Amino acid sequence: MPAPRLSEGAGMSKYLVNKFLFTVDRDPELVERYREDPQGTVAWWEAEHANRILNCHTGESSTWLAFDDTERAALAGHDYPALFALGAHPFLTLTLFIAMFERDHDEPLGFQLEYARRLAHESLPYPDIAT
Amino acid sequence: MAEVVAVIASTHHPFYYRASTSTGADRPPFADEWVRKVEAFRETLTKANPDVLVMVGSDHFHQLWLDNMPQFLIGKAPFYDANWYNEEREFGLPRMTVRGQEDLSAYVLREGLDAGFDLAFSNELRIDHSITCPIITLRPQNDLPIVPVYTNIFAPPLPQPKRFVQLGQTIRELVESWPSQQRVAIIGTGHLSLELGGPRQFGPHGPDPEFDRRAVEWIATGDLDGCLREVTLDSLHAPGNATHGFMDFMLMMGVAGEGRKADYVDTYDLFHTMEAYFTWYPNGGAP
Repeated sequence: MPAPRLSEGAGMSKYLVNKFLFTVDRDPELVERYREDPQGTVAWWEAEHANRILNCHTGESSTWLAFDDTERAALAGHDYPALFALGAHPFLTLTLFIAMFERDHDEPLGFQLEYARRLAHESLPYPDIAT
Repeated sequence: MAEVVAVIASTHHPFYYRASTSTGADRPPFADEWVRKVEAFRETLTKANPDVLVMVGSDHFHQLWLDNMPQFLIGKAPFYDANWYNEEREFGLPRMTVRGQEDLSAYVLREGLDAGFDLAFSNELRIDHSITCPIITLRPQNDLPIVPVYTNIFAPPLPQPKRFVQLGQTIRELVESWPSQQRVAIIGTGHLSLELGGPRQFGPHGPDPEFDRRAVEWIATGDLDGCLREVTLDSLHAPGNATHGFMDFMLMMGVAGEGRKADYVDTYDLFHTMEAYFTWYPNGGAP
């Protein structure tokens, strides 16, 4: 089994993509906001929260974190196959997208199985998720 | 000295709580058999009559995050609140509070550091379903104090599989040298083959039944040598992208000991992943 393949895009801000998924997923209001307005939420979050170190006040924020264009488009488009290809952590993506879209499916696991189908073109080795 | 009265390794299926408590049309067809198997498994812990539980699991990006990620962490606190909003949301898990066995936590930290493991610690840890699932399945009355042990099977770079085994061996030695008369059960949960957020997720079985068959054989027979020969950080990608959780089973094989056959083995082939339940009684046979 070879090592995971290099993920697509620059990969410089894979951590930041994960940070977006992580901080949205743990906040019920943000989950709804991201579902209803993905473009606006991503733009607002990148401007206001991308550089915020968790547990630190804003006077101690980082100065250098930003999405690249591919990452921003994938998040703004709710494009979970693209996030997979970029090497976003699959558990974070899955958990958040279940929270947003499972409700739109009548069958048990309907969304989860659609999710698998939309990734069916992916084969091993999967994109590297190391940050 | 303290006595290790049972070593238990299990999968942690977050859907068990909802499946086992649902009724009528909401109750899935596999629930009754699942409950029967879990209750039989629970009896293997009850019979050992433990006073304290050491519980090995892995935080799923709840409290531990990429800005500050430990590889191995011991909880040291008088209480642990448990389960997170996204686990309530997705799995219907209840909020819980579990008592901590703080003196054993302190002992494992001090002695573990001196034994060559640079363990991280937490004095305020909210535990997640990797630890609450086995409380729900094995000790639903939640009446025993715990020592949580978190491993990183989730956010690469990960420790090597052999390091999980060595930590298991060390935990066993430390508990057995703890100057106390308590009866300790060491319980750890992980995964067999598992895919999450990938094309092989949520199939009718686990993503790699052949890996599962071999993994159950390694664990049931205590074949640490065979397991360590075949399992690497790279090889674990093949059975499913979340299969690194198998290293928590390897840790528990280290606790149980090389060549030590499990005294109780059961499995249940479910959608999504194979359930697997193992119990060892270190002092031979059932208590």
